[in-house]
Amino acid sequence: MSAAQLLDLFLHFLALSLLAIGGAITTAPEMHRYLVTQQHWLSDTEFTSSVALAQAAPGPNILFVAVLGWNVAGALGAFAAIAGIMLPSTTLVMLATRWAREHKQTLGVRAFTAGMAPLTLGLLIATGWLLAAPYVALPEHRLSTLALIAATLALTLRTRIGLVWIVLGGGVLGALGWV
Amino acid sequence: MSSEPTPLGAPARPASPGDLFWAFNRLALQGFGGVLAIAQRELVERLAWLSNEEFLELLAVAQVLPGPNVVNLSLMIGDRFFGSRGAFAALAGMFTMPCVIVLSLASISGHLLANVHMAGALRGMGAVAAGLILSTGIKLLGSLRRSAIGMPVALSLATLAFALIAIARWPLIWVVLGLGAVSISWTGWRLSVLAKEARS
Repeated sequence: MSAAQLLDLFLHFLALSLLAIGGAITTAPEMHRYLVTQQHWLSDTEFTSSVALAQAAPGPNILFVAVLGWNVAGALGAFAAIAGIMLPSTTLVMLATRWAREHKQTLGVRAFTAGMAPLTLGLLIATGWLLAAPYVALPEHRLSTLALIAATLALTLRTRIGLVWIVLGGGVLGALGWV
Repeated sequence: MSSEPTPLGAPARPASPGDLFWAFNRLALQGFGGVLAIAQRELVERLAWLSNEEFLELLAVAQVLPGPNVVNLSLMIGDRFFGSRGAFAALAGMFTMPCVIVLSLASISGHLLANVHMAGALRGMGAVAAGLILSTGIKLLGSLRRSAIGMPVALSLATLAFALIAIARWPLIWVVLGLGAVSISWTGWRLSVLAKEARS
């Protein structure tokens, strides 16, 4: 890949960064349009499996952007993509968090953080719901998925077992074809 | 790494940016299918660097800013303890090892995912990841008890936000601008009433 193309990739992800409210995954449709439809750098399947791989691997899900860049142009591509998507949002977060801390006692900032708290919780539970929905929608997986989610809730709310063991246990059950 | 539980009244904190790096590295490496549930377990329950209320407040801000909320959270927590150095240490901890792992996997095989056992394992891990997020939400519900607008109103707003996003499928931006504006104005009004009462 040429330097000009790498720069184009970097600038494109740079522009998407500030649009990624609610996580980078919200901009995945636009990344798909750019990488698959417009530039033909990735196939449809490569795009989907890049996202799935990053979600299954440990770490923040935004790493799917690095995997996309890697599949386009190796290490340089991964760096261009992840730097592009991270730089603007990181800068904004640092500025916003410092401003908010300096004005912590003002009514506006207190109203904002306390007022957003119930919505944040609603959103969190909605995220769990939406993550479960595709599995629950499949009739052959519905009961086993619901049972696994119920078991996860029971284990996390009632015991101190390490969360990673529950996730790996779910993976093993799935690989055995029980979920 | 300070992993001893601390007595009440003496809030624990990271001793150095290096502490932050290792704490975020540890939680990121446990985060199969998402890091948020692990972040609450590690930062609040194990290390006690934050209370549930503080975690929820930071998350509320992290959520409305662009970028992944766990990444924003790592920057905000790092900055809170050690300024820019802390923010950078937390971010580096969150990214370095997972990045190496995911790119190694990507270079080994793109066809790994076509395998039927692999697909099953991903489904099982995905279902557990959904359960972990639900459980984190349930754990944090208790922190609404101290809300200035009172628990019943706060719970109703949380339920409404859930319904708009999960059932009505509104885009997040409209929920934040619409319901968020209502909730913030209401909270601001209640806080000013409470402040007046405290003065008189």
